[in-house]
Formats: sequence, C-alpha cells, structure tokens
Amino acid sequence: MDFSYTIFILLIPITTFLLLGFFYNRIKPAVSGWIGVTALTIVAGLSYYTAIKYFFYTPKLEGKYQTLYGIKMNWMNFTDKLHIDMGILLDPISIMMLVVVSTISLMVHIYSRGYMDGDRGYTKFFAFLSLFTFAMMGLVVATNLFQIYIFWELVGVSSFLLIGYYYEKPSAVAAAKKAFIVTRFADLGFLIGILLMGYYGGSYDFGILNNPEGAAIMNWASSSFMGLSVITWALLLMFMGGAGKSAMFPLHIWLPDAMEGPTPVSALIHAATMVVAGVYLVARMFPMFYFVEDGYALHVVAWVGAISSLIAAIIALTQYDIKRVLAFSTMSQIGYMMLALGVSKFDGHEGLGYMASMWHLFTHAMFKALLFLGAGSIIHAIHSNFMQDMGGLRKYMPITHITFLIGALSISGFPLTAGFFSKDEILAAAFEHNKPIYFITLFVAGLTAFYMFRLYFSIFWGKKKEYEHTPHESPWSMKFPLMFLAFMSVAAGYISFSEMVTADRAIFHIHFDFVGAAIAVSVGLSGIALAWFFYKKPTDYPEKISTAFGRFYTWTFHKFYIDELYLFITRTIIFKYISGSFAWFDQNVVDGSMRGIGNKTVSFSKLIKGLQSGKLQDYAVAFAGGAFILVLIVLYVL
Amino acid sequence: MIENISIYELLTVSTILFFIGLYGFLTRKNLIAMMMAIELLLNAAVINFVVINKYLFPDMLQGVYFSIFIIAVAAAETALAISIIINLYRLKTSVAITETETMKY
Repeated sequence: MDFSYTIFILLIPITTFLLLGFFYNRIKPAVSGWIGVTALTIVAGLSYYTAIKYFFYTPKLEGKYQTLYGIKMNWMNFTDKLHIDMGILLDPISIMMLVVVSTISLMVHIYSRGYMDGDRGYTKFFAFLSLFTFAMMGLVVATNLFQIYIFWELVGVSSFLLIGYYYEKPSAVAAAKKAFIVTRFADLGFLIGILLMGYYGGSYDFGILNNPEGAAIMNWASSSFMGLSVITWALLLMFMGGAGKSAMFPLHIWLPDAMEGPTPVSALIHAATMVVAGVYLVARMFPMFYFVEDGYALHVVAWVGAISSLIAAIIALTQYDIKRVLAFSTMSQIGYMMLALGVSKFDGHEGLGYMASMWHLFTHAMFKALLFLGAGSIIHAIHSNFMQDMGGLRKYMPITHITFLIGALSISGFPLTAGFFSKDEILAAAFEHNKPIYFITLFVAGLTAFYMFRLYFSIFWGKKKEYEHTPHESPWSMKFPLMFLAFMSVAAGYISFSEMVTADRAIFHIHFDFVGAAIAVSVGLSGIALAWFFYKKPTDYPEKISTAFGRFYTWTFHKFYIDELYLFITRTIIFKYISGSFAWFDQNVVDGSMRGIGNKTVSFSKLIKGLQSGKLQDYAVAFAGGAFILVLIVLYVL
Repeated sequence: MIENISIYELLTVSTILFFIGLYGFLTRKNLIAMMMAIELLLNAAVINFVVINKYLFPDMLQGVYFSIFIIAVAAAETALAISIIINLYRLKTSVAITETETMKY
C-alpha cells in the first residue's frame, strides 16, 4: 500500500501559513478565510481517505494492524544505530489523531470566518491556525522522539502566538507568556527524558523502542538510578513534558489563563488537539510504559491523571467565567484519559483502558470543541464571559442552545451519547484494575455532570435578563460547525473503536456491562438533577451551600491557591532568596573587586600625577638633576 | 698660540658655557631667552667636540665634522622653534613659558 501522498497532509497547511503570512497585507480577509478553509478541507479529505484505506483496505499482519511509513528518511546520523529520522508514521493512533485534528481544525476554520469577522488581524489569525495545524499534524505522524519533540515545540509556539493574539490586552500577553514558560519548563524534562532514552535505550525510533521483544524493553534493568531503572526515569521525565502540555496537576496552571485567546483557538488548541498531546505521547510510548519496571511509570501516569481530574472538577464547580469552567473541565477529562492509560494492560481485552482512553480522546475532542464553539457563540452575542451576565438565552439562540445541550449531555455521560460510551469504558477499565481510581472517576463523573449543567442552566435558563442589545443567533458559518460537532458528539459513540485502536493492535470485542453503566449513568443523572434543582430557576441554594462549605469554598474558588504557590516559589524563594543572594554576590564581590582595583589605581595616580605639572622647566630640572645624579653614581659608586 | 693653552682650560670654558646655558634654560621665563640658552648648551658641546678631537686625535677630523653637523641641526631646530613661538604668540599674545602649561595631567 502506498501512503506517500500523506506528505501533503503536512505540506498543505505549511504552504497556507507561508502564503497568508508573507502576503497578509495584500490578501483580503474574505479571501484568506476561504484559502484557510479550502486548504483544511483538502487536508481533512486526505486524512479521511487515509483512515479508510488503512483500516479497511490494508491487509493486517497476523491479525494486527501494521506500522506503515508514508515516507521515512534519514536526517541526522550519530552512529549506525543512533540516528534521527524524519518521516510519516501511520498506525491506528496516528491515523485516529489525523482524523481528529483535521476535523476539528476544519470546523474551527469555518467557525472563525464568522467569529473573527471584522477583526484587524483576520489574515494573521488564519495564518497562525494553519501553522498550528501543520505542527499538530507533524506531531502525530512523528516517527521518532526527536521529530515529536520538534513539532511539540512548534505547537507550543503556535499556542503562544494564538493565546497572545489580542496582544493589546496585558492579560492576554501575560497568559501567553505563562503558557509558554510553564510548558517550556515541562519540556525541559521531556528533552532530558529523550536524551536518556537515546543513551540507555539505544534509539529514538518508536518502532525499535516499543517492540515488546526489543532490546530497549528487555534490558530495562541494566542501569539504575536512585532505586529506579534509568529507563523509568526517562519515561517519567517524558511524562513530565506530556503533563505540561496536557495541563496535568501540578503543571496545569497555564490552561485556565490560556482562555484569554480567541474562543475558536480555545476550542482547537486548548480543548481538542494540543492539550491531548501528552495523552498521545503516553499512548505512543505505551509498550515502554507498560513493560519497563512492571509499569511503574504507568502507575504515576494513572495517579496524576486521577488527581488532576478530581482537582479540576472541584475547581470547575466554583468558577463563573464560562470559558474557565470549560478549561477546567478539559483538564478533568484529560485526567480521565491519562488514568485510563494508566490502568490499562497490554494484551487483548486487558488493554481496555488504552482503547477507552483513545476513544475518549476522540469523543472528547468532538464534544469539547462543540462546547467551546457554543461558548464562543454566546460570547459573540453577549460580549461577556461571565455567567452572571447571562440567563434565559434559549429563546434568543435556539441552535446554540440545542447544540450546547447535546455537548453537555455527552460530556456528562448521558445514555446513548458519545461521551456515555467512551466514559463507560474508562470506568470499566478502572473498575477492573484499580478500585480507588474507579471511585475517584465515578465521583468526578458526578461532579462533571453537575458543573456542566450548572453552566447550561445558568446560561440558557435561570433569571430573565434585560439585555441592552437583544442577543441574536450567530451566522451560518458559526452554526454549521456547531451542528456538525453536535452530530459527531453523538455519532462518535457508535464507531467500534475496539476494532481499530487497541494497545496490542489486535481486535477485541467489548462486552457492554449494564450494571457498571447503570451506576455511572445514575451518578451522572443525579448530578444533572442537582444542577436542575439549584440553577433552573434562580434560588438561594448555591449561596447557602457555598457558605456552608466556608473556607473550602474560598479555597476552591481561588483554585486551591496553586497559582499563588507558584508565585511564592518563583518570586519569593527563587527570585528573592536564591537569585537575590547570587545577585548580591555578583554585585558586591565580583563587581566590587573589579571596582576596587580601578579605584585604587585612581587614588594612587592622584598621589603622583602632580609630577606631570606641564611646566617645561620642571621637567628640565628633573632631567638635568637625573643626569647629575647618574654622573655622581658613575664617578663615586661604580 | 693654541700650544700654550692646555685642554683643561679649554674644557673649563666649555663647562662654564654649559652651566650658563643650563641656568638660563631653567630660569628664564621668556621662550626666546630659553632658546638662546639652548644655543649656549649646544655651543658648549660643539667646543668639547673640537677640543677633544684636537688633543686626542690630531690627525682625524670627525670631531670637526660633527661640530658642523651640530651647528646645522641647531639652525634647523631654531627655525622650527621660532615658528612654534610665533604661532604661540599669535594665540596667546605672549611668549612667556608660563603660557604653555596647559598640557598636564
């Protein structure tokens, strides 16, 4: 099977970026929007074609999906074994990601034509979107750790550019810097992990590293550091990079602030695609995570995911900015994916968690992008991010209302929606392999349903507001993506993922567990019911509950003061005490000794500079006197 | 006539001449006078050349040639010094050595 055409999936977005970027003064906004949409339509078409060709028309090898290369070329040779390639890797997860990224990116492009209408930097915006699409596509098809790292940084840059898109707002600039610095800090760990992996694992290539019978996995115990295998350390450091990108606790602080970017960007980058890069990385390296040191690193992944999903869900309960609620919900759902990978085993049905994680990644991309785009549609109409300014909007914006409801139902795991199926598999996997995490997951499912419907009821029901301008439904360019994604938020649940994306690439069949599903659904429904009870009509219950929780509520409202903790560590401890003392040493000891030498020279010169009086006859006296003394010495001493 | 005069007397004359020149150079405030003192110093040296040539190497003429060189160089140096002094006078309307003390630390 020839997949070499897949290079165009990368070439088209980068060409669009260069075209729009170089000529952005000369291209009219209407034209640039169409260029972006057309390019993405072609890319999406190619991605779908690749998916169909790969899953249905490519022969399997011993019942397993093969790893194929669209292209693969040697880029940098260090030794015969250790070299860096550039290429296009095609396997079930990369193709699934191609579909996700191209679909969401296409929808966001279409949506942005309406949302960004009249914006000054319209063409620039589309150029950045293309750059991001290119980088993300390159990330998912990377054949080795170095290639993934290069594109990993490229998505980081485009995320930075797009968060800081409204660069005249100081808060947007601060958020962009924060996102970049926090993820860069995490990527430092990633880079060290990659280098360790190259040195001790002997290769950067995924195919070689992830081979369960390969040298890297078989010899993991050959070297150890502080009680753990070096390979485990490398995996943990790589997971640090993934946790930074995927906003896992405690590196999540950039994600809520990233909501300063335009809403389509939040939908594309900070909900559906870039933030799942960490999940993708763990999934990509899954055999290593699973086989090295009996999955020690995988346990860390599971617990980080579980804790993140819990913390994020609790914080989401108290936030009023609708985009921030969605941001925390994203973090919570990514925690789900992480913990599903963490509890997964490798073979056949045991690898349920892996499949569930990838499935949830897929469905989450659809319904979270939908929710963000819906939120964007609301913000477009109301010009405010805060749910206090909203209420009773269902009459004004019927399509936004219905699609948002579908998204909220899907994320809450309402039966027969996509979120229901994927979340159910995650719960089943957690139940099978790790009971404490199962209970956390179940609790978070309830919280998710509650805060999503708190959001929904506060926006679309609740008190009747008097609006200055009557809110109006968004244009078609915005309604179409909403409707398409709403359709996908249901339909994605009926794709048989277990026949496509599995840990060992063999097909298995999922057994639908009615008891487990019933428990999950009842938890979700009770969350919805509680939200209905609290927020459908304006009541004073929320007030009472928050006062009852007292200090805990304040803590939660301030996001557990994690931002303040970071500021304390960086500003007070690192900047003030550590850097401060180094600065003192530099300014006083190093600079001081240099200045001392200079000052001493000057003060000594003051003593003797009187000799150079400028009077010719003084010099002549000195000269003649010197000659006289020399004569005396020659005559009497020598 | 020169046979009656010993080298000591001749060298005494040149020494006296040298110290008169040195005294003049160190004490005069007028640049022209200082230049004249320099001429005395040079002439003392020239006398030394001629005298020592005469008494030590009567068959050779190097000392005499050197004295002629010194006179030529002194003339050139004087011309240069006079031109500097004239420029200084145009600048300061004075030829006192106290006017030239600006080049110092």
